[in-house]
Amino acid sequence: MGYHLNFAAVWRDFDLLLSGLGLGLALAVVSILAGCVIGLVAAFAMLSRIRPARIAATAYVTAIRNTPILVLIFFSYFALPQMGLRFGKIESFVITLAIYAGAYLTEVFRAGLLSLPKGLREAGLAIGLTERQTRTSIIVPVMLRNVLPSLGNNFISLFKDTSLAAAIAVPELTYYARKINVETFRVIETWLVASLMYVAACYLIAAGLRKVERRLAIPR
Amino acid sequence: MDVQYFIAELWNARWAVAMGTGMTLVISALAITLGSTLGLVVGLGLTYGHWTLRFLVRVYTDFIRGTPVFVLVLASYYILAVAGIQLTAFEAGVFALTVFCSSHVGEIVRGALQAIPAGQTEASMAVGLTFRQTFAYVLLPQALRQILPTWVNTATEMVKASTLLSVIGVVELLLSVQQVISRNFLSLEFYFFAGFLYFLINFGIERVGRYAERRVAVVP
Repeated sequence: MGYHLNFAAVWRDFDLLLSGLGLGLALAVVSILAGCVIGLVAAFAMLSRIRPARIAATAYVTAIRNTPILVLIFFSYFALPQMGLRFGKIESFVITLAIYAGAYLTEVFRAGLLSLPKGLREAGLAIGLTERQTRTSIIVPVMLRNVLPSLGNNFISLFKDTSLAAAIAVPELTYYARKINVETFRVIETWLVASLMYVAACYLIAAGLRKVERRLAIPR
Repeated sequence: MDVQYFIAELWNARWAVAMGTGMTLVISALAITLGSTLGLVVGLGLTYGHWTLRFLVRVYTDFIRGTPVFVLVLASYYILAVAGIQLTAFEAGVFALTVFCSSHVGEIVRGALQAIPAGQTEASMAVGLTFRQTFAYVLLPQALRQILPTWVNTATEMVKASTLLSVIGVVELLLSVQQVISRNFLSLEFYFFAGFLYFLINFGIERVGRYAERRVAVVP
């Protein structure tokens, strides 16, 4: 078929790809941290006794989870400036990804909170902690340790979603892969290397998370 | 925001939006049906295959699951052409989504099949069923019931992932809406409208899924 593999073009720009991978990871870390805060607030809102809070949290989760993330990205990058909300492309992307992650994490945290035994809160109150202290120093830490596996899965899929930042020209891995692809036409090599980098990164993250999980697991 | 102007523009763009929505539905339906069929085979390979087959299928699923869908779409669009397989953007995109869907469904199927207690297989063999009969009459019906909720989730994921085909030039809902926006600059309104349409599609799928779950649920 007259196509000879030649990785030279890809290796020449390999540091670009690596920097793109680094940026992708950074985007994912920042968004999951922000997403955790959003998710925690929304999860407590979902379980609260205040009806409007419940409705708002449910609406947020349902709306975000059923909308494609690419639409959300374009919306916040191209449409929000019309309302005077102007962000740089990286800020805009991180905000979108955080809001997107928040919706998924809300479900994770809600399930985590529901699976905690009632006695935990009662014990906290019994030893004289206030409702708020019980929440911050007992309920949330225990719940976080319990949901760590699904938190990890969410992080990995969030990391993969950072590839979409290329659609608004954030220079991460996919962006550079596309650039190398159109500049050199080393099509197979470029996409092979790029996807292998994603796979390797996901694999390493998963392995690292498993270690952390074992360290933090609640001893039975 | 001028509501009347928006409605007038929406009326002007009605055919573009309708065609785009139709395209999104066609892409999603193709990807879901083809991907699920392939996924069932993948799941069977992962569960019952000879260890060499199991290893190969495992490499396939892990590789696909570790790569962002966006990279899969771009890679299949560019690589297949270089490899001498001339596909349209539509076909290449559907191919990528099918592959993506199959690896996810494969994992779901494997999980469901392995969750069935071994005693069931033993019991079926004890009453004289062949493996094929055991699978068709005992394992598969139970597995399908368990798969349903996650599978519906995957279906909505596929609808959302179909937006990525807009990047390689398939005029589905997102790209058709972008074309409309580039004509009238109503980005806020039209992106919101696109998000709303996706929400409706996915919400519909979710509702149908819930209904199906209730229908097939084992009444205790």
